[in-house]
Amino acid sequence: MASSTLPSSPGREIRDSVVIRFAGDSGDGMQVTGTQFMLETALAGNDLSTFPDFPAEIRAPAGTTFGVSAFQIQFGAVDVMTPGDEVDVLVAMNPAALTVELKDLRVGGTIIVDSAAFNERNLGKAGYAKNPLDDDSLAPYQLLKFDITKLTADAVKPHGLSSREAHLCRNMWALGLLLWMYGRERTATVEWLKQKFAKKPQIADANIAALNAGHAFGETAEMPEHLVGYVVPKAHVRPGRYRTVSGTEALAWGLVAGMRAAGIEKLVFAGYPITPASALLHTLATMRQYGVVTFQAEDEIAASGAALGAAYAGALGVTSSSGPGIALKTEMLGLAIATELPLIVIDSQRAGPSTGMPTKTEQSDLFQAVHGRNADAPLAVIAAATATDCFDVAIEAVRIATKFMTPVIVLSDGYLAHAAEPWRIPVEADLPRFPIAYRTDPEGFHPFLRDPRTLARPWVRPGTPGLEHRIGGLEKDYDSGHISYDPDNHARMTEARADKIAGIARDIPLQTATLGEEHGALALVGWGSTFGPIHQAVRIAREEGRDVAHIHVRYMSPFPRNLGDLLKRYDRILVPEMNHGQLVRLLRAEYLIPAEGLSKVTGKPFKVTEVLDAIRGTKA
Amino acid sequence: MTVTTISDAQLAPKDYASDQEVRWCPGCGDYAILKAVQKACAELQVDRARTVFVSGIGCAARFPYYMSTYGFHTVHGRAPAIATGIKLANPELDVWVMTGDGDGLSIGGNHMLHVLRRNVDLQIILFNNEIYGLTKGQYSPTSRRGTRSPSTPLGSLEYPVSACVFALGAGARFVARSVDTLQSHLVGVLKRARAHQGASFVEILQNCVVFNDAVFEHITGKAEAPDAQIVVEHGQPLLFGKNKEKGLRLVPGKLELEVVTLGDNGVTAADILVHDETNRALAQHLAALEPPFPTAMGVLYCNPTLSYEREVYAQGGAQKGPADLDVLLRKERTWVVEG
Repeated sequence: MASSTLPSSPGREIRDSVVIRFAGDSGDGMQVTGTQFMLETALAGNDLSTFPDFPAEIRAPAGTTFGVSAFQIQFGAVDVMTPGDEVDVLVAMNPAALTVELKDLRVGGTIIVDSAAFNERNLGKAGYAKNPLDDDSLAPYQLLKFDITKLTADAVKPHGLSSREAHLCRNMWALGLLLWMYGRERTATVEWLKQKFAKKPQIADANIAALNAGHAFGETAEMPEHLVGYVVPKAHVRPGRYRTVSGTEALAWGLVAGMRAAGIEKLVFAGYPITPASALLHTLATMRQYGVVTFQAEDEIAASGAALGAAYAGALGVTSSSGPGIALKTEMLGLAIATELPLIVIDSQRAGPSTGMPTKTEQSDLFQAVHGRNADAPLAVIAAATATDCFDVAIEAVRIATKFMTPVIVLSDGYLAHAAEPWRIPVEADLPRFPIAYRTDPEGFHPFLRDPRTLARPWVRPGTPGLEHRIGGLEKDYDSGHISYDPDNHARMTEARADKIAGIARDIPLQTATLGEEHGALALVGWGSTFGPIHQAVRIAREEGRDVAHIHVRYMSPFPRNLGDLLKRYDRILVPEMNHGQLVRLLRAEYLIPAEGLSKVTGKPFKVTEVLDAIRGTKA
Repeated sequence: MTVTTISDAQLAPKDYASDQEVRWCPGCGDYAILKAVQKACAELQVDRARTVFVSGIGCAARFPYYMSTYGFHTVHGRAPAIATGIKLANPELDVWVMTGDGDGLSIGGNHMLHVLRRNVDLQIILFNNEIYGLTKGQYSPTSRRGTRSPSTPLGSLEYPVSACVFALGAGARFVARSVDTLQSHLVGVLKRARAHQGASFVEILQNCVVFNDAVFEHITGKAEAPDAQIVVEHGQPLLFGKNKEKGLRLVPGKLELEVVTLGDNGVTAADILVHDETNRALAQHLAALEPPFPTAMGVLYCNPTLSYEREVYAQGGAQKGPADLDVLLRKERTWVVEG
């Protein structure tokens, strides 16, 4: 292909950061459009953050508002930590997309629409009495209306597609135009199309033609006066080799890296399909050669059972789900706690209760993870902050599970699962190593003999001669591992289980402030995927001269051992979280501090301004 | 604790017993099953170190504690799932699932269905006593209609599930039935089950002496047994009765079995069906027989194929690639930021 126009063209304006949202029908290919734009942007050296937002329906009726699928990306020369509060450019492939997404467009922002899609039928479905392209309702914005349908059809004509197939190339035309606007290459997209449609070269060629046509449209005399090209300079990031990664990919690879770091030969991943956790099963299912065995179980319970059985047999047992599925695994978690086996449970949280909003994100399983079991059943819980952090968190989960012989719940969420960001690819040789040792010595063995330091019991692989033993959910004697209903023994075992988990606090880093001083007027305490918006808001507030710090908690159970002392050094504690107040209650209960909550439960991540407004409101 | 080595002398049934006191009710049929399993293990000289007994919850589920092998007493109904995980992690282990009618067919019915259709290489031994024993005598999914129990004081209204019919319906490729008191028959069936590659399902009619005593008396009683049981054997005619004078044959023109007596109405040995344990349709007929027909005992169906976990690993072997993490992480498009 011809080399694309480089962003040195005269007339291009410079932007530090830009937010684009691609929106259309669920069948319009907005997610692939966004993903390809992300890749080209990453390759151009910008930092970025994405937010795919799609409906639960696979193919909602065409043209409806509830079928709108969107992909938002913020990219820039600066450190980009969120997908952006306000949208600078909205690409709306139909009236429904326009009506749903317009509210997030900043005044003066750009709207790019396919005018052909604004027909009476689609306008009616979107609830427009009049065509907004024809009146002044969009006057606060820069409206760019092109007949993308026709322009695409013209571009793909030589390839002999049906009109339906041609229509499906519209997204590539729009992508081509956007790539031109921001001076991006098209090489990666062309390669991707060739690969994706390797068996249908005609479709690949048509899509490439549409992509090139959109690009050329920006460059040629057809360019309307409002259509301006921009330059977004490269971000200054640490040298190294990079790629983009989603939270799901990072989790999958982190689990494998953790298995290898522990020196475990096999990873058995058992899951049951559930949004938004299934992608982890799909990713791991392609990784057989890394010692990964995946198992799609008949239900969530069986998935957790198979993972626990694998752990019992000496493999790294992993199961994954979202809130409702984790609820079903609860009893098996109790058994994992009672038998003190290492088990990794990934919870990709979503809005609930019950089925809730499967494709929308929330952080509302913190209580379930920390306390949601019958009886006194402590385990370790850690939470991932960003898509790339998922890799490190997965490794850490394996380390804790195997060192302390305990189930570990990893909290991710729907946003992290799909969000992508650039990742400085680690080298395996640089990763932490924590080789485990299976017990093989029969001398003095019993199954609940504890390591005096960690209180962990030995991990014995069935098949080991001389160590044949029986374990189960019944209470066992502290000194022999046999079944015991002795009252004092149960008290002692309950203490031992609690002490073991509490002792993990001695094995994890001390809590520090991510930003700001470790004392002062106000600390924002966050966990999980709210990291980006909180960090950004605190950064801005500090630039405004406010005395505010950001504390991000990764270890949810047990908490870092200095967390209470650290929090007590601030006058006020504010806890933004995407639930109705869970971490804030845990902190209050644990440390008797008057922490205040800031809840957001709309199924969407925090905006920076929402957190910033709260900081300003608390007079820090 | 002793280390088992190849040079060990022959292991006796008692060598398969753990040091734990057996805590079933005196007279419980489970004792006989434990004895039969230990005997079968000894006759096969199974390696204790490579053997795992997995159970759910219930009286039968205490079984693993009484064996000197590896054992995992798990969660109600979920033993098949845990056993599947064990086999996926290590296909070399010899895994038994010990379950009951409530554990395996009620709370764990779903797992039973799927473990059988997947054909995971396990011996699944279902102790059927037609009652919930450990919770003190409620009716179970195999209880006959009209069973009076604490939860059904007026008699149960539900129709029972037949364990072997269920197993065949789920796609099991080894289905057998025996009785706790038929000691030598039971040992033989257990040995067949272990020899079978894939999921082998064995229903054992087991007497609960406390809550459902003599519920199988009409089948297992000394006087009744010859006419109430038909012990099937591959390649042998389906004969029963004190003097093997009765047999099963197909009703002419119908897909239906009938009991005939040799010599009556011109019936000869040639009219009697010969058991073919690879014939699924015949197995379904035999499994479904209930009084006044004789209850079929023995290996009703055996038609092995590759087991699930073997196929998983065979398929895995085909998916070749470099097991280098650094290669994996750099597989897609990457870019370099210069220092």
